[in-house]
Amino acid sequence: MSIELRNITKRFPGYTALDNISLSVATGELIALLGPSGCGKTTLLRIIAGLETADTGSIILENRDTTNLPARSKNVGFVFQHYALFRRLNVFDNVAFGLTVKPAAERPSKQEIADRVMHLLKLVQMEWAAKRYPSQLSGGQRQRIALARALAVNPKVLLLDEPFSALDAKVRQELRRWLRKLHDDIRVTSIFVTHDQEEALELADRIVVINKGKIEQEGTPQEVYDHPANSFVYNFLGNVNVFHGRVRNGKVVLGQRLPEEHSELNGHEVKTGQAFIRPHDIGISRIRNGNDHPGIIRDIRLTGSQITLELESAGFDRPIEAEISRESWRNLELTKGDEVFITLDKVRVFTGDFEI
Amino acid sequence: MQQRQNQTASPSRTPAKNDPPAVQALLIALTLLFFAGFIFMPLALVFSQALSKGWQLYLDAIREPVALEAVKLTLLTAAIVVPINAVFGVTAAWAISKFTFKGKTLLVSLLDLPFAVSPVIAGLIFVLLLGSRTPFGSWLGEHGIKIIFATPGIVIATLFVTFPFVARELIPLMESQGREEEEAAITLGAGGWRLFRMVTLPNIGWGLMYGMVLCTARSIGEFGAVSVVSGHIRGMTNTIPLHVEILYSEYNYTASFAVASILVFLALVTIGVKALLEKQLEGNHNTRH
Repeated sequence: MSIELRNITKRFPGYTALDNISLSVATGELIALLGPSGCGKTTLLRIIAGLETADTGSIILENRDTTNLPARSKNVGFVFQHYALFRRLNVFDNVAFGLTVKPAAERPSKQEIADRVMHLLKLVQMEWAAKRYPSQLSGGQRQRIALARALAVNPKVLLLDEPFSALDAKVRQELRRWLRKLHDDIRVTSIFVTHDQEEALELADRIVVINKGKIEQEGTPQEVYDHPANSFVYNFLGNVNVFHGRVRNGKVVLGQRLPEEHSELNGHEVKTGQAFIRPHDIGISRIRNGNDHPGIIRDIRLTGSQITLELESAGFDRPIEAEISRESWRNLELTKGDEVFITLDKVRVFTGDFEI
Repeated sequence: MQQRQNQTASPSRTPAKNDPPAVQALLIALTLLFFAGFIFMPLALVFSQALSKGWQLYLDAIREPVALEAVKLTLLTAAIVVPINAVFGVTAAWAISKFTFKGKTLLVSLLDLPFAVSPVIAGLIFVLLLGSRTPFGSWLGEHGIKIIFATPGIVIATLFVTFPFVARELIPLMESQGREEEEAAITLGAGGWRLFRMVTLPNIGWGLMYGMVLCTARSIGEFGAVSVVSGHIRGMTNTIPLHVEILYSEYNYTASFAVASILVFLALVTIGVKALLEKQLEGNHNTRH
C-alpha cells in the first residue's frame, strides 16, 4: 500500500469535518474523493499533505508513519484549485522551486535542475513558456505548470485539490483526458478531490464517495455508478428519479397501484423508503406489459445524443424523467401529450435498514 | 480580489459621460479652487516667506548649527523608526492575515489606536511610563539611561505614532493573496526563511515600500507626541518640526519658514516616491490576471 489512512478524525468548532476515515490507496492508483462541497474531502487531502493536522488517526506513506512529519518533509506533491503559482517567479523558476530550496547537500547541480525542469515542461507540453510569468498564461496552462512544479521533487504521492474546477467546461474536459494519459505514463500514486461526478467517473481508477465526513462507498467508477450503496450515492452520482416507495413482503410498490392494494396490506410488514431509478433505465412503450405505469408525455427535450422525456403519471407526486435514444424516439413516434406505458422494473428502494 | 479591483478601477477611469458639462466644469473648478487655496498657496507662502529676506538669510537659517542638529535628529529618528516598524508591520500583518487566533479582532482594532489617540496623549503616556519621577524611569536613570527629554524618548514616541502604517498597508494585500502560495512552497519543501525570502517578501514588496514611505513621512513630520517627550533642548532634542515652532514663537519668521521649507522639501520627495510606488503597485495588480 502506498497510502494508508487509519481512523482519521478532524473536528472544527461546531462540526465534524472527518469522522473516523480509513482508506488505502495502492501504488500507482488514481483515486477520486468525490462529495458535495463541505463534505470534508479537501480537509482530508490537506491532512495527508500535512497542511492540517488530524485530531486522531495516522497516515502511512510507503510504510512510513508520516502523521507527525511537518508538511515540508512529507514529500507530497500538491496541486491547488487556484494554481497557487509563485507570481513573482517565471515558469522555469516556479518548476525549479522545489529543487532549489533543497538543502545544499541534497540539491542537484544547476545543470541537473535545468535539465529536470525542461524535461517536466516538455511532459506538460509547456516548454515554450519557460520564460513567461504566471499572469501571462491561461488557467489551463497555469494548472499544467502547477502540476510540473509538484512533480519536480519526485513526490511519493500527488494530491490534487479540485484541480480543474476553476477552468471552463471545454478546457476542463481536455485537461481531464490529458491528466489521465499523463497518469498512465508516469503512474505516480494520486488522489484528487472533486465535486464533479462526471470528472470522477471519467478519470479515476477508484472512487471514494464522501458525505458529511464519512465514506459512503468506495469502488471502481462502474461499481459505484451501477450499484450505489445507498440513497446518497444514488443521488449524487448521475441523474436520478426519486419517488416515495414502499416495500411490502419484499416487493416494491410504486405509484397509483398503491391505494388499490392498500386495503390488503393490513397485518403485513410495510416499510417506506425512497425509490431510485436512473432516467436511462426507464423503459417507454406504446403497449402495456405487466407492471407498467400509464403516463402522459409532458415535454420532450433534446439533450445531445439522447432524448429526455418528462412524464406525468397518476400516483407519482413528481414528474418522471426518462432518457431514450433518438432511434427509439423516432420508432415510437412520440409527441407531447401522448399516452405511453412506463417500465420501472429497474427501480431500487432504500429503506432505513435494507434495500431491494 | 485583483479582478474586483480592476473592475472597480476601470469605470472610474472612463469619464462619466452622463453628467452635463456644467456639472463637470463646476466640480473640476471646485477641486482646483480647493487645491489652490489649501495646498498650492500655503506651499508657495512657505517658500516666499523663507526667501523674503533674500537667499543669504535663507541659507544662514538652514546652515545654523542648531538647525542642522534638528535635521540630523529628525533623519536619525526616521532611520531607526522606519526599519523597526517595517519588521513589526510585516510580522503583525502576517499574523493577522494568515492565522486565526483568539483576540485577533481586538488586535486589529488596537492597531488603529495610534491614529485614534491624540499624539499629545501618546507623548504623555510615555512621560508617565518612563519619566524620571516614575519607578521604572528612576531605575533607568540610576543606570545612566535617560529616555524622556532625550533621543530614545523621541524615537519611542515616533515608533508609537507611526506603527500602524506598514501593517495597515500589508494586511489587505496579504489577505487578498491568501495562503496558497506559501502552502505550495511548504509542500515543495521550503523552510520558513526561504519561504519568506522567495515567496512572501517578493509578493508584498511594493506594498511594504509604500507603507514605509508613509511611515517615513509621518515620522519626519510628527509634532505632538515628540513635543511632549523632547523637552525642547536646542541642538539636542529638537526635531525639525519642533525647531520650526521655536523659531516661530520667537518671532523669527524668516528662519522659521526657511527650516519649514526643508520639511516641505522632504514631504515633496516622499510624495514623489509614493507616486512612483503607486504606479508600480497598480502595474502589478494589472498583470496578475
